[in-house]
Amino acid sequence: MTNKRTIIALTLAFAAFAAPALAQEHSHEAPTPPAVKWSFAGPFGKFDEGQLQRGFKIYKEVCSSCHALSLLSIGSLADAGGPGFSEAQVAALAAEYKIKDIDDKGEAIERAGRPADHFPSPFANDAAAAAANGGVAPPDMSTLAKARGYMRGFPTFVFDIFTQYQEAGPDYIHAVLNGYKDAAPAGFIMPPGGNYNEYFPGHVIAMPKPLSDGQVTFDDGAPATLAQYSKDVTAFLMWAAEPKLVQRKRTGFQVMIFLIVLSGLLYFTKKKVWSAVH
Amino acid sequence: MTTVSSAEHTRRDFLYIATGAVGAVGGAAALVPLIAQMNPDASTIAAGAPIEVDLAPIADGQIIKVFWRSKPIFISHRSKKEIDAAKNVQLATLPDPEPDSARVKAGHDQWLVVIGICTHLGCIPLAHQGEFDGWFCPCHGSQYDTAGRIRKGPAPKNLPLPPYKFVSDTKIQIG
Amino acid sequence: MSGNSTYQPQNAVLQWFEKRLPIGGLIHSSFVAYPTPRNLNYWWTFGGILSMMLGIQIITGIVLAMHYTPHVDLAFKSVEAIMRDVNYGWLLRYLHANGAAMFFLAVYIHMFRGIYYGSYKEPREVLWILGVIIYLLMMATGFMGYVLVWGQMSFWAATVITNLFSAIPGVGDTIVAWLWGGYAVGNPTLNRFYSLHYLLPFVIAGVVILHVWALHVSGQNNPTGIEPKSEKDTVPFTPYATVKDGFFMACFLILYCWFVFYVPNFLGHPDNYIPANPAVTPAEIVPEWYYLPFYAILRSIPDKLMGVVALFGSILILAFLPWLDTSRVRSGRYRPLFKQFFWLWVIVCVGLGWLGSKPPEGIYVILSRLFTLYYFGFFIVILPLLGIFEKTKPLPNSISESVLGAKA
Repeated sequence: MTNKRTIIALTLAFAAFAAPALAQEHSHEAPTPPAVKWSFAGPFGKFDEGQLQRGFKIYKEVCSSCHALSLLSIGSLADAGGPGFSEAQVAALAAEYKIKDIDDKGEAIERAGRPADHFPSPFANDAAAAAANGGVAPPDMSTLAKARGYMRGFPTFVFDIFTQYQEAGPDYIHAVLNGYKDAAPAGFIMPPGGNYNEYFPGHVIAMPKPLSDGQVTFDDGAPATLAQYSKDVTAFLMWAAEPKLVQRKRTGFQVMIFLIVLSGLLYFTKKKVWSAVH
Repeated sequence: MTTVSSAEHTRRDFLYIATGAVGAVGGAAALVPLIAQMNPDASTIAAGAPIEVDLAPIADGQIIKVFWRSKPIFISHRSKKEIDAAKNVQLATLPDPEPDSARVKAGHDQWLVVIGICTHLGCIPLAHQGEFDGWFCPCHGSQYDTAGRIRKGPAPKNLPLPPYKFVSDTKIQIG
Repeated sequence: MSGNSTYQPQNAVLQWFEKRLPIGGLIHSSFVAYPTPRNLNYWWTFGGILSMMLGIQIITGIVLAMHYTPHVDLAFKSVEAIMRDVNYGWLLRYLHANGAAMFFLAVYIHMFRGIYYGSYKEPREVLWILGVIIYLLMMATGFMGYVLVWGQMSFWAATVITNLFSAIPGVGDTIVAWLWGGYAVGNPTLNRFYSLHYLLPFVIAGVVILHVWALHVSGQNNPTGIEPKSEKDTVPFTPYATVKDGFFMACFLILYCWFVFYVPNFLGHPDNYIPANPAVTPAEIVPEWYYLPFYAILRSIPDKLMGVVALFGSILILAFLPWLDTSRVRSGRYRPLFKQFFWLWVIVCVGLGWLGSKPPEGIYVILSRLFTLYYFGFFIVILPLLGIFEKTKPLPNSISESVLGAKA
C-alpha cells in the first residue's frame, strides 16, 4: 500500500515538474495539422480508386515536373488495391513516357516506356535537381507520405496504437499544401527564395505554392479546387508509399481472428491441464 | 461415476485436438509467405512481358540473338538452301521427329524462331556450326539442323519454340 | 539437460538410435519431464516468448536476405523493392522490423522479472550473466539491422554510434576508422554490418542454448524465491509449462500482429523513409525506442568520454548484480523496501526512455542527470545497503505451502 502511494506521489511530482517544460516546448512549433478523414484509415481502410486516379493526374500534370517517383513502376498503377487502371490503360500511359536506354550498337536512345519501367525522374541526378531548384533537390515522392509526419505528443501517441492512427504523413502533406500564405506575418524575416507556410517546420519552404484552384481539370467532374486537389494528391502519395496497404489490413483482419480463436482454445486447454494441480 | 469420467475424457480430448488442429493450420498458413517469397517477384514478371522484334534488318542467312525472360531467342533468317535442307529429311531418322512446317509459322518459312538453350543441360549452342549447319553445342557436342532439330549428340529434344506471332510481315511479338 | 533420463522409446528403430545418440532423452528430460515450480506466474512465460521471437527474427531475416542488396546505391531501393515487388515482402519486412521491437519489449519484461524476483542470485549467477551477454548481442544485432535499411536515421545512427568509440583516449579515431573501413560511414561499413547482422543471431542462439542449459542445471526460480523441496512443489514441464507458455505466446502474437498489420510504422521514425544522405543530418537523431534509456544516460553526462563510459557501464553493471545485491532473501515479494526502490527504478528506466527522445536542453538535462544518478545509485548504493538494513517478511516453508496458503 505504502509503496503504491509513494509511486503515485512521485509520478505526480514529476508531472508537475515537467509539465511547464513541455508547454514551453510547444510554443515555437508549427500548429498541429488538421486531421483529415481518409478512406484508407482504420482497420478496414481502403484506397478510393477514383481519388487515386485524380491524385495521379495531379502528380502527372503538376508534381512530376520537379518530383521523381522513381521507386514505382508505371505498371504498378494497375496493381490490385491501387488506382484501378486497366492493363491496357497502363500500357498506353507507359508508352507516353520516354525512357533512356541503349540500342544494340550501344548508342544512347530514348524509347517508348513499358509498364515494367519505373517513372522517369525529371532531373538527371540529385545535383542537377538541386541546381535547378535554388540549391535544394525536390524530394523523391515514392516514400514521401511515410517520410513525413509530426510529433503527436504525450499521451496522444499512446492512444494512436489503439486507434491505429498512421496518417500523420498524409495529414501533414495535406496541411502543407493548404498552408501557404501570400505574405509572411509582420516581423517575420523571409530569406530570399523562401515561401511562407503555416505548417512547414520553420515556416520557410523552398517550394512555391504548387496547387491552386482550377489548375487541373478532372475527368470525373470532381471540383477543381485546392481543397479537392490536396486531398486527392495526398491519397495518391500514400498509395505510392504504401501500395500494399489494402492487402495488409485485409490479411491483418484474418490473422487477428485466427489468433483470437487460437488464444481462446489455448486458454481453455491450459485451464483443463492445470485443473488437476490447482 | 464411470460415465462421467469418460464424458469428461471426450470433451478434453476434443479440446486438445481442436487446439492442436488450429495451431497446425496457423503454422501451415505461416509457411505460405515464406515459400511464396521465392517465386518471381512483380518486377520480374513485369519485365517478362512480350517483346516486339523488327525482322527487317536481319539479312538472308543471318541469325540474331535476342533475350526474352532472360532466355536467348535465336531468330534465323533462313536461306533457300537452309530451308531445303530442313525440308528434305527423313523424319523417321530424327531423334525427335518434327516436320519443318511444325517449326515455323505458315507462310513464313524463312523465319525460324527458337529458344537458344540446348535441351541437354542448358548451354547456349553456337550458330552456323556442326555437321548440319544449324547449331552446335560446345558443352557436350549436340548438333542441331537448320530447323533447330536435334540430329546428333546427347540432347533428347529439338530446340523449343517460344510463343510468338507475326504482328506484320517484318515484325514478330515474342511472348 | 538435467540428470539421467529415464526416457526409453517404444519403437525399436528409435531405441537403436537412442543408444547411439540419446537426443530423445535429452529433449525428454529438458522439455517434458523437467520439473517446473508449480507457482510460476505469467511473467515466467517470457523466456518461451523470447525463444519464439528469436526464431521469427532468424526465419524472416534469412528470407529478407534473399532479396536485400548491401550496397549504398541499392540498399534502400532493395528494401523498397521488397515492400513493393516481392511476394509477401511487405509482410516479411514488417514482421522483421516490428519483431525487433517486440523482441526487446519481451527481453525487458524478462529482465525486470528477473530483477524483481532475484533470479540472478546464487546459484543462478552464470545463468544471469549469460542473459546479459544475450542482451548485449541483441543490442548490437538490432543496431546493425537498423543500419541496413540505409535511410537517413540508419546512416546517422551508424555515424553517431560508431563515433562513441572515438571517445577512447589515444586510439579512438583509429578504432572508428577501422570500424568504418573508410573515412566515414560508407559502403564498407554497410557491408560489414550486413555480414555481422547475419552472423550475430546465430551467436545469440548459441548463447541461448547455454542460457537454457544453465537454467536446467540450477532449476527455475519462482515467485517465492524458495527452491523446490519436494515433488509437491513442481509439475512436469510438459504439459503444464508448455501449454501455459503457448497460451501467452498466442496473446503476445496478437500484440505483435497488431503492430505489423495495423500500425507497422508506429515504432519507426519517418526520416528512415528518406534515403541516406551523407550531406544532410536530420533535425533530430533519435535511436529506436529500445535504446532510448541508454541514449539519455549518454547525453546526461557533459563529458564525452564519461558519457560513453556511463552508457556502457549502465549495461555492464547488470553483470555484477548478483554480487551487488547483498540480501539473503531472493524474491522481492518478501522485501517491502526493495519493492519500492525497484518500482521507482522501473519508473526511472521508462523515464530515461522518455528523456532519450527529448532534445538535450533545459529541464530534460536536469531530469536525465537525476534519473541517471538513481539508475546507478540503485545498483551501487541501494541494493548493497538494503541487504544489510532491510527487515524482510517471513518466508513460507515451501512453494506448495505458499500456494495452498494463498488459496485458504
